[in-house]
Amino acid sequence: MTEVLLQATGLRLAFGGVKAADNIDLGVMKGEFLAIIGPNGAGKTTFINMSTGYLRPNAGEITYEGRRITGMSPRAIVKLGIARSFQLPQLFIEHTVEQNIALAVASRDGIWSPLAPLMRPRYRDEARDLLARFGLSAIADTRADALNEGARKLADIAMAVALKPRLLLMDEPTSGVAASEKMAIVETLVNVLRDAKVTAVFVEHDMDVVERFADRVAVWSQGRIAALGPPDQVLNDPAVLRDVIGIERHA
Amino acid sequence: MRRYEPILALVLAAAMITAAIMAPWLRFVLTIALAKGIAVVGILLLLRAGQVSFGHALYVAFGAYVVAFLAPRLNDAVLLLAAAAVGAGILGLLIGLFVTRYRQIFFGMLNLAMSMVFYSLLEKLYHITHGSDGIRVEVMPVAGQALDRVAYEWSIFGIALALAFTVGLLVRLYLSSPMGEALAGIKTRETRLEFMGVPARGVLLSAYVMSAMLGGIGGAIIAMTSRHVTPLLAYWTSSGELVFIAILGGAGGVLGPFLGAAAFELVRIYAAASFADAWQLILGSVLLLVILFAPGGLWGMAARLLGKGGTR
Ligand SMILES: Nc1ncnc2c1ncn2[C@@H]1O[C@H](COP(=O)(O)OP(=O)(O)O)[C@@H](O)[C@H]1O
Ligand SMILES: [Mg+2]
Repeated sequence: MTEVLLQATGLRLAFGGVKAADNIDLGVMKGEFLAIIGPNGAGKTTFINMSTGYLRPNAGEITYEGRRITGMSPRAIVKLGIARSFQLPQLFIEHTVEQNIALAVASRDGIWSPLAPLMRPRYRDEARDLLARFGLSAIADTRADALNEGARKLADIAMAVALKPRLLLMDEPTSGVAASEKMAIVETLVNVLRDAKVTAVFVEHDMDVVERFADRVAVWSQGRIAALGPPDQVLNDPAVLRDVIGIERHA
Repeated sequence: MRRYEPILALVLAAAMITAAIMAPWLRFVLTIALAKGIAVVGILLLLRAGQVSFGHALYVAFGAYVVAFLAPRLNDAVLLLAAAAVGAGILGLLIGLFVTRYRQIFFGMLNLAMSMVFYSLLEKLYHITHGSDGIRVEVMPVAGQALDRVAYEWSIFGIALALAFTVGLLVRLYLSSPMGEALAGIKTRETRLEFMGVPARGVLLSAYVMSAMLGGIGGAIIAMTSRHVTPLLAYWTSSGELVFIAILGGAGGVLGPFLGAAAFELVRIYAAASFADAWQLILGSVLLLVILFAPGGLWGMAARLLGKGGTR
């Protein structure tokens, strides 16, 4: 539990005058579930974007398993074992959910087999199995553009899990999920990740979810980490309460 | 719907063979239709990725000129077809390395620009290409067999038909493979591909090279059939025709391009004979009706007639 998997050091990134990352230092421990909380515009997504090669920091560096990944492409970073899901689900909307997952499964092997079908038993079975674990079997044959917000979110995460990452970065996995289903869904998700021994970083606005599932919480504020520690400690910090609980009401 | 494809392909082939036996001029028209159909399958590949090339006649013309140039030295239809396919593939790789950096209108227009450069070269380098006079192609041996004109024309028709089948089958397999589905993913969520470790540009480039080879094969058959190549083959209207046929036939399945090409050539022949100057008006109206009322094209209409919806 004390081994560092991902280490960010002195990350800085500005968009015009906006400091989306202002000297971010953060180590993600192997096996932990780390929650990121903080108001909109604090730079949470930017951190995920930098960690997955989508954005390049102006300064600082990120290492993964001791290896420098700043400046690497998203493709190269995925191959090292870091996957992500998206705040706005990124699905292949003209494909079915099962095809979306199968394509992710296939991409682990490289997709360069031009004549054997994507829906070959090995890929299809793995896709179905994963969908079953996510409780999504009923929508396996639904086209992705016909899903409701919650299902899209889950399918998006399932695609990332299908890549068999060792580190999974999830951007607001429960936003758009109906409040009544939220806990059950997160429970399912957490079980899938624990089974697969995946280290997870997730941006979350629901403090109940954070309290229950996170090993540690990092509080983001204006491109900085304002607080970092176990949930019971951080979530009882008066300054954090003032900032974050305010956000939770209109998130 | 996919289940019916092979049966429909056989029915279509049988109808073409019957027509070709009944009227020699139809044999000529249908050979050209098969050649264009093969080239349009290349357009269909790019459409899968949501990209439209407005310059693909470049590869058709290139294939045709490969035949015209090499015929004196490499005098065999089979060898020339192979040379045209490989040559067009190499040209497709060189141009593709550049144009696959772009999407949508930029992709379409860059292809158009490339084809117009090639067109100008064919026009201007008179001492090599004979400019707009073009180059004649003589009847040539097929697989080592010297043939009379009728046997030759039948052979080219047969080769075109066999190639159409082979191309249709292979492209059908390709489109439902991981590589083909990733190609379709470029249309809807290209960045997701990158976050899955898939090089989207590489996927598009390989499809582009294939589509160039299909263009080259189509062009070679056209040269062997019309036995005369001119720069007009590379002109932008020829590229537009390929896109026209793709939309007319429908991009939902590999039969679409062949249905579209056959319909296009037949309408053109009849309309040109009956209404001389108005055939473009007729083609335009047909395209308008297809886009408005049958966006799946002829193939989509056939699919609906056969009951099952969903053309993928
Ligand atoms: N690609 C971008 N271009 C310009 N500004 C951006 C970009 N990405 C993020 N920002 C800005 O950076 C700040 C942090 O954004 P973001 O990381 O999305 O916040 P959060 O995910 O915490 O809501 C915001 O002010 C946002 O407008
Ligand atoms: Mg965000």
